[in-house]
Amino acid sequence: MGALGRWIEEEGIATTQISLVREHTAAIRPPRALWVPFILGRPLGAPGDPAFQRRVLLAALQLLEAESGPQLADYAEDAPLADEADSGAFVCPVSFNRSVVEEGLASELQREVAQLAPWYELASRQRKSGREVRTTATLSGLAPEAMAKFITDFISNTATPSYRDDVPLPLALRLVTQDLKAYYLEAVAVQPGARAALEAREWFWRGTTAGQAFLRLRDACLAHADDTVKGVGARSLVPLAIAPRPSGSDALRRY
Amino acid sequence: MPRLADLGEWERELLLQMLTEIPDFKGQPWIAGLPLKQRRVAIITTSGIHRRDDIAYADGAAANDYRVIPGDVEADNLVMSHLSSNYDRTGFQQDANVVFPIDRLHELAVDGVIGSVADYHYAFMGAARLPGLEPKARQVAALLKRDAVDAVLLTPV
Repeated sequence: MGALGRWIEEEGIATTQISLVREHTAAIRPPRALWVPFILGRPLGAPGDPAFQRRVLLAALQLLEAESGPQLADYAEDAPLADEADSGAFVCPVSFNRSVVEEGLASELQREVAQLAPWYELASRQRKSGREVRTTATLSGLAPEAMAKFITDFISNTATPSYRDDVPLPLALRLVTQDLKAYYLEAVAVQPGARAALEAREWFWRGTTAGQAFLRLRDACLAHADDTVKGVGARSLVPLAIAPRPSGSDALRRY
Repeated sequence: MPRLADLGEWERELLLQMLTEIPDFKGQPWIAGLPLKQRRVAIITTSGIHRRDDIAYADGAAANDYRVIPGDVEADNLVMSHLSSNYDRTGFQQDANVVFPIDRLHELAVDGVIGSVADYHYAFMGAARLPGLEPKARQVAALLKRDAVDAVLLTPV
């Protein structure tokens, strides 16, 4: 992002940016940057909190009025945690049976997807706010059951083709997994705030069959002959915080 | 967060390793400008978002392609197809403004804090490869100038 800003500024347009990784921004030294103490993925800090977002946005924009630079300002206010009443242990509305044998993966994943369906509907309606129901799980165009089937089919047989002729296999794997994960996380999105985000991540990766399926899918992709599919396995399926550490001195470079 | 101390061990190691590969721009160039209340502001986000009916971000060289987001877009009509799995998406799933603060920007314009909101905004996928990215960035700069934009907010994920 630092490079983008540099080229835009070279073309004569002033830029200011929000920074999430302070160490990077301090090294790049763009003209104007506001470092914010929020989790990766939330540069404005707090979903559903317009007043908080406005304060962050204003702090970033006000750097445009600085007389000289580089400017690297630190935003002092932490994102609000979930409300006190909500801040206990993360509770998923459906309890899953975690231990799944290889042969049972496909049926267990289908069962789990079906169990979440009413909660996904409910979560979508809760976000409705007078407009169309919003879901972000629409990249692949597949129904959740079909997403789950594509994933378990590919784990069983990596020669499984894309679900659509005009979508290359690596992209198909990425879109389907992003959709299915969004389906799960939207279904349990009952607790706002950073704490809930991290707890939801733990739930998905440690507490669901889908999390296990994604880890097996990652292994299948990493063993695939196609380098782009390998790349999907390395970068797009399992977060670094969850994935097993790669071996070899140069292994991190693949990420 | 993400203060590095809060991240996992090899996530932190990877982020620090990137330090050896990133350039130092030394704050240059520096374009001065009008007071904020006279500026026309556009957002460029590297969060890999796009309109629901737009094309998802591809792999390979096409990963550098940008997507256009009209200024009057409904924030609820935005989706995300970034290739990285290393950041939270649950915030965006609840409220696109936590990544792309278009509603907040319109409010600042209505309140007279900024001059106006650009007609078009732009989204890239942050993990795009640098070599092919520069021509795209300069193309976007030319489009921004035609839109009379004189201030850009960059947002990451």
